[in-house]
Amino acid sequence: MRIDVDRGRCCGAGMCALTAPEVFDQSEDDGLVVVLDAAPAPEHEAAVRRAATLCPSGAITL
Amino acid sequence: MSEFEAPVPLPTARKAGCPFDPPEELARLRGERPISPMAYPDGHVGWLVTSHALVRAVLADPRFSHRADLTHAPIGGTRVGPARPAPPGIFTSMDPPEHTRYRHLLTGQFTVRRMRRLTGRIQEITAEHLDAMERQGPTADLMEAFALPIPGLVICELLGVPTTERARFQSDMSKLMSLEVSTEEKIAAFGALQAFMLDLVLAKRAEPTDDLLGGLATAADLTDEELANIGGVLMGAGFETTANMLALGAYALMSHPGQLAALRADADLADQAVEELLRYLSVIPGTVRAALEDVELGGRIVKAGQSVTVSIPAANHDPEHFADPGTLDLHRPTAGHVAFGHGIHQCLGQQLARVEMRVALPALFDRFPALRLAVPPEEVPLRTDMMIYGVHRLPVTWDKE
Ligand code: HEM
Repeated sequence: MRIDVDRGRCCGAGMCALTAPEVFDQSEDDGLVVVLDAAPAPEHEAAVRRAATLCPSGAITL
Repeated sequence: MSEFEAPVPLPTARKAGCPFDPPEELARLRGERPISPMAYPDGHVGWLVTSHALVRAVLADPRFSHRADLTHAPIGGTRVGPARPAPPGIFTSMDPPEHTRYRHLLTGQFTVRRMRRLTGRIQEITAEHLDAMERQGPTADLMEAFALPIPGLVICELLGVPTTERARFQSDMSKLMSLEVSTEEKIAAFGALQAFMLDLVLAKRAEPTDDLLGGLATAADLTDEELANIGGVLMGAGFETTANMLALGAYALMSHPGQLAALRADADLADQAVEELLRYLSVIPGTVRAALEDVELGGRIVKAGQSVTVSIPAANHDPEHFADPGTLDLHRPTAGHVAFGHGIHQCLGQQLARVEMRVALPALFDRFPALRLAVPPEEVPLRTDMMIYGVHRLPVTWDKE
């Protein structure tokens, strides 16, 4: 699995950081998505998929 | 158009004795035609969308605009005068790129981490209000004693409204929310709030403070009017919503003793309980978008310029997405609920609202384990005709130690 994020699209709602905190975070400055681990371990894949589906602005692609 | 297709207004009538269930008509519409013609209070004929899948599709689609000058209000009495473009700073009613510019100035202030850091302070504020209830008890109006003041104080502290000014501010705010107040009085209260915000902004410019408005006043390139309007948006969006979730959430838990017992027995259930209450209660009846071009949606054509209202309670009670949706079940999966909306306007303050609810609701029942209604359920005044559902008052009682 590879994760791509589009910070221009991101609306900083925090759904990814809430859903898959091992993999996604929000920047302290602008609250937009930060990927902590672009190639996450298999045990996080389900949460990452859920985060991508829940992302309100469609900023996460797998 | 056949009679079957006659446009209907947004259903708001609820079955007597079922204060938590969405208006029944919504389920019928969703079953028959999840996109159906809707009659708007101003005479416009647009659409009403009631399935989870279509609600998400509309809110995620940039062909549907949130601009104030394009959308028609789905509920009467919420807009005074003709549709106009949003004033500077009212980004809730703008599209990209204007919306993005304002929103990105604010997102850093509402992150999951930053909001969780407020937990301790929100616990203190909650404890102070529970102490006051206890001193004055064993009865209270839970709206007045708990649900309104806690989010009110939290948002004031976050924005940087000085303590001395809060009383003035809260009285104008509650006028805007009351059914008993005339339109003239509401317009006056709204004007007073705008003036209040502008004064506050000017004070922050003169003497910057370490809070959200103080930070924006120094760091961001915003006019006084923009800044005052942003303050107004945050107050307006962050106060009444959370207050109604707290009061209606407490009422729902009191009415479901088995679920309440499960929550009291397991502190780890609190996060999940908050999500399920958000889904189950869906206090925001909906939001509206306007098609910028002709769009095919659920087999129908939405014409450019037509408004589409998405029903949040209908989506959150769609059996295709949530099994047995009418049951409050704190253990169910709730992922994908749209209580905070979806798309680029999804609630900016959701992480704050989550922390407020997960702190305040368990604390309430820890303090008053035998909390119950002080009146028969049919005497609890429901906000059936408001933009945000909930209760006007919630008379409660408990056993004194
Ligand atoms: C339980 C409480 C809350 C609920 C149910 C709620 C619900 C919502 C919903 C459904 C939307 C989307 C509206 C739309 O798409 O038209 C929204 C937007 C918004 N909410 Fe909340 N909200 C809550 C609490 C808060 C709090 C505490 C704040 C902030 C301090 C806040 C600030 C906002 C703002 C600024 C927007 C507009 C975002 C934008 O247009 O980009 N809300 N909220």
